[in-house]
Amino acid sequence: MLSSSEKIGLVFFPAFDWAIDPTHPEREERLLYTQDQVFEEGILDIEGIVEYKPDIATVKDIQRVHFCVPDELSVTTQSHLISAGGAKKIGSEVLERNISRGFALVRPPGHHAMRVVHGARGFCNINIEAVMIEYLRQAYGVDRVAIVDTDCHHGDGTQDIYWHDPDTLFISVHQDGRTLYPGTGFTSEFGGPNAAGTTINLPLPPHTSEEGFLYVLDNAILPILDEFKPQLIINSAGQDNHYSDPITDMRFCARGYAELTSRLKPHIAVLEGGYSIESALPYMNVGIILALAGMDYSRISEPDFDPERLRQGPEISRKIEKVVEEALSLWKQGPEMRRANRKEGRLFRRERHIFYDTDRIIEVQRETVRGCPECAGLVSIDSRTDRGGRILAVHVPRKACGKCREAGYQLYDSTGLEEFDRIFIQDRTTDEYFSRK
Amino acid sequence: MIIGLDVGGTHTDGVLIGNGAILRQVKVATDTGNLFDCVCACLEKLTVDLPPKAIRRAVLSTTLTTNAIAEGNLEKIGVVVSAGPGIDPANFKIGSHYFCVSGSIDHRGREVQPLREREIEEIADIFIADNIRRAAVISKFSVRNPKHELEMARILARSCEVVIPGHSLSATLNFPRRINTAWLSAAVHPLHKEFFEAVRQSLKSKGVEIPIYVLKADGGTMSFEASLMAPEQTIFSGPAASVLGALPFASPDVDTLVLDIGGTTTDIAVFARRAPLLEPLGGEVAGSRTLVRALKTRSIALGGDSCVDVIDAELRVGPRRLGPAMAYGGGHPTPTDALFVLGKGGKGDLEAARRGLRPIARNLGVSIEDTALLILDLACAKIVGAAREMVEEINLRPVYTVKELLSGYRVQPAEIVVLGGPAPHFAPRIEELTGIQTCAVPLWHVANAIGAALARNTSEVTLFADTERGLALAPGEEFSRAVGKDFDLEKALCLASELLRAKCIKAGASECEIDLEVVESNQFNMVRDYYTVGRNIRVQVQTRPGLISECRDLAGSIFNCCILPDAV
Repeated sequence: MLSSSEKIGLVFFPAFDWAIDPTHPEREERLLYTQDQVFEEGILDIEGIVEYKPDIATVKDIQRVHFCVPDELSVTTQSHLISAGGAKKIGSEVLERNISRGFALVRPPGHHAMRVVHGARGFCNINIEAVMIEYLRQAYGVDRVAIVDTDCHHGDGTQDIYWHDPDTLFISVHQDGRTLYPGTGFTSEFGGPNAAGTTINLPLPPHTSEEGFLYVLDNAILPILDEFKPQLIINSAGQDNHYSDPITDMRFCARGYAELTSRLKPHIAVLEGGYSIESALPYMNVGIILALAGMDYSRISEPDFDPERLRQGPEISRKIEKVVEEALSLWKQGPEMRRANRKEGRLFRRERHIFYDTDRIIEVQRETVRGCPECAGLVSIDSRTDRGGRILAVHVPRKACGKCREAGYQLYDSTGLEEFDRIFIQDRTTDEYFSRK
Repeated sequence: MIIGLDVGGTHTDGVLIGNGAILRQVKVATDTGNLFDCVCACLEKLTVDLPPKAIRRAVLSTTLTTNAIAEGNLEKIGVVVSAGPGIDPANFKIGSHYFCVSGSIDHRGREVQPLREREIEEIADIFIADNIRRAAVISKFSVRNPKHELEMARILARSCEVVIPGHSLSATLNFPRRINTAWLSAAVHPLHKEFFEAVRQSLKSKGVEIPIYVLKADGGTMSFEASLMAPEQTIFSGPAASVLGALPFASPDVDTLVLDIGGTTTDIAVFARRAPLLEPLGGEVAGSRTLVRALKTRSIALGGDSCVDVIDAELRVGPRRLGPAMAYGGGHPTPTDALFVLGKGGKGDLEAARRGLRPIARNLGVSIEDTALLILDLACAKIVGAAREMVEEINLRPVYTVKELLSGYRVQPAEIVVLGGPAPHFAPRIEELTGIQTCAVPLWHVANAIGAALARNTSEVTLFADTERGLALAPGEEFSRAVGKDFDLEKALCLASELLRAKCIKAGASECEIDLEVVESNQFNMVRDYYTVGRNIRVQVQTRPGLISECRDLAGSIFNCCILPDAV
C-alpha cells in the first residue's frame, strides 16, 4: 500500500446538490470529474491521507469576520456554512496536530467576500478562509497568519478583511486587474495605514506560465514569508490560472501547481475558483494533494499538456520581474510606513464603491480607521447600497488597545438610528457581536 | 429442505433445515489440510438417507481461498496495467510478473493515448516462456471505457487460459484496488473451481445432485456457476455466515450491533434497520485493499480463549491466544476459565480453571471469584469500546451532498445481538455496560451455518451514462448501449433495474428473493460554454444481503424466543 511522507487531511465536499444556477460555473458538476480522478487514483486509500467530514460553520463563526446585512442567514445558504466548515475542520485538525497539512476541497468559494456582506460577489458570500482563520485564532490562540492567494482573480475579499491587520500577511498572485474581474489587486494596494506592507499584490500579465509563477514564488513570496515568520500559512488554492480555464487567460499547469504547493508548503490549502472542470481540476487537485503529502507528482499531467506551447514570452518575464521588484520594495518600506501612520488619534478615511456582480448590488462604503501606535486600530464602516438601507459597522480588532475598544463602544452606543437601519459592533477582544436597529 | 455449511478456522458447522426446524446439525473439527474431505463428510452426514430431490439447495461458506491467500499458496499470475498520467503504477506492483504498458483513458472514458499492441505481444511471449497461465489486465478508468482492457485480454488470450479484465469485477472507481481485485480473482480462480467441481462430483457419485450456492463476503449467495466468473467474491466470507445468523434477531426498525465472540477474536458488524452495512469500497484481505463487496466488520483480538495476564499490576486480556482455556486442558488462564469460576462453564475442569486464576487473584489482591468478574468485565469493556469506535467511524464517513450532510443517517444501535460460545454469559454484562438491550443468539453454535443456509442472493449493477458521448455503460455486466439526448435518470434507473434483475436470476436467485434498492442516483447537467451539452448519469442498484423470503418466518420458528441466562 502506498503511504505519504507527511500525514495530511482532506475535506472533500463537492456539494453535488448545490448551484448558483444550472448553467453557472459554480454548479453541481464542478467537482464531479475531480472526484472521479481522486477516487480512481486511489488517493483516499493512501496511508497517511485522512478524509474528514466537514464541520458546519456557525453564525458565531461568521460574526467574527463579517457584518452580514441584514443578518447571516439571509446572505448564506447551508452550502456556504459547510464550505467554511470544511476549511475550519482542516484547520482544527492541523492545530490539534492530527495532521501536518490539509486541503479543504470545498465549494462554493469565498475569497471575494469582504467584511461587509450584502450578497454574493464573484460567486462568494462568506470568506471561508477568514472564517477559518478567526476561528483558529479564537480556539487555538494563533496569532501571525499568512494567506497566499493563488487564484487567478485578485482575492479582494480577503484583502479587504485583513487590510488593517498587521498580524495577517495577505499575498495575492493573480492576473492583472486591468484584464480580469474584479479589476483590483495592483501593487499600489499594500494595506491600511496601521498595516501598510502586510498586503502584497502581485498582478501578473496574461499568458504567464509555470516559469513566471515559480519565479514570483521564489523571488517574492517565499522571501517575504521568511521574514514575516507566520505561525500558519494558508493557501487560497484557486485553480483558474490553468491554461484551459474558460474565464481567465493564464498558462499555468497541473504539475506547476503541484510544484508551487510543494515549495510553498502551506499548512492549509483551501480551494477557491477554477472552472476548467474537466481538463484542469481533476489533474491539479490530484497534483496538489500529492504535493502536500510529500509524494511524487512528476507523472501528473493533463492529457493535452504541451510545455512548449505554454512557454511565456521574454516580455512577459520582464513584466513579472518588474512586479516582483515593486512588491519587494513595498514590503521593505512596510515597517517605516506603519511607524509613520500609527499616530494616536489620527483618523484615516477611504470611500469606495463595491459591485456585487453575482447579486447585482452596488455598495458605497466610507471606512474610517483610527491610527494607533498600540494596536491595529478601530475600524468603522458606513455602508449603503442601491437597494436602499444603510448600516454602520464597528470592528474592534483582536488585540485592540483599551482606547480603541472604548472608542468603538462609544461610537456604537452614541450613533443614532435616524440615519442607519442597523448598527453593528464586532468586538474581537471578547469575541462578541451585537447589533441594534 | 436446505443445507447450510460453514467451514471456519476451527470448526465446520452444518445444518439441514426443513419444515421450520433444524432437522440435522453437524459440527466437526476443520482439517485445514483437507477441506474437501471435511466438506464432503459434513454434506454426507446431513443428507444421508434423504431422497435427492428433497434438497432444494446447499449454501457453502469456506475458508479455502482465504487460507490460500494467507499462506501465499497461489498460482503465479501475470498482471498488465495501463495507467497513463497519474500516480506511478509501479507503486501497485503485485506478483512477480507485473507490467506497465502505454495507453491512457481519461475520466470521461475518452481514449487519450492508444495501446501499443507490440508491447502486449512481447508480454504474451514472456508469459509463454515463464508458463504464466492466468493473467489480469487493468487500465485506469476502464470502468468508463473497457476498450484497452478488452484489447489486452484479446492479445493475451493466445498465451493464457484465463484473462481477467478489471472492469468486469466492479464498477467502482479505484485503480489500485482494481489491480488487487483482478489479481485476486485470477489467483483464486483455479483453486475455487477445482474445489467446488470436486465437491459436486463427489455428491453426484453418491447420487446426490443439489444446486450448490456459495456464500460471498457481502453476506449474499451466488450459484456455483456464477461464482466461477467472480471467485474473488467468495474470499473472506467467514464473518458473513455468522453475521447473517444474527439477522433473524435484529428488529426491522432500529439499528443493531452484532458481536460474534469466538475463541481468538470478536467480529463486530452493524445492521441499519436490519440491513447489514457494507464496506464503502470493498474488503481487505492480507493487507491488500480490494473492490470485493464485503460486510463491514471489525475484528479485535479478543475472545473466550484470549490469554489473561497481569502486567505492572494491571489486568490484561488478549490479544494473544495461547491455546484453549485451562478448564479444557490449556496452559494459560482465559475468560472462559473465568466463566467456569463463576459457575457458567460447560463440561470442563473447574479446578483447572480456578488454578489458572489463582496467581492472577493473588497478584491483584482479590478473591478468585472477584478476579473472574474483573476478567469478564475487562473483556466486555474492550469489546464495547471497539464497537463504539466502529459506530463512530461509520457516522464520520464523508458524504458529498448538502442534503446528506444535514440530514444524513446516523447509526445509533438500540439493540445488541451476541453470538459465539461465551455469548450468553457476556451478554448481560454488555447490556449493563452499554445500557442497550442485549440478547444472545440461541443455537449460537450453529447460527453461522443457519446464516449461510438462509442467505439470499445479492447482486449490484452500476450504470454510467454520458449523453454527450451518447453512451450508457454497465462495466460489470459487459453492457454498453448507444443512448440519445433524451436518456435521463429515470430511464437509467429502469435500465439498471432490468440489468440487475437479469443478473440476479443468472446468479441463481428466485424471483421472490429480488428486492431492488437504489444506492446511487445522480444526474449532472454537463454545461460547456454556458450551454447544456448533455447529462452525466450515475446509477447504482443492488439487492442487499438478507434472508430468503420463504424462510423469513421460519427463522422465528427455528429459534423461538431467546432466553437470557441470569445476569452474572
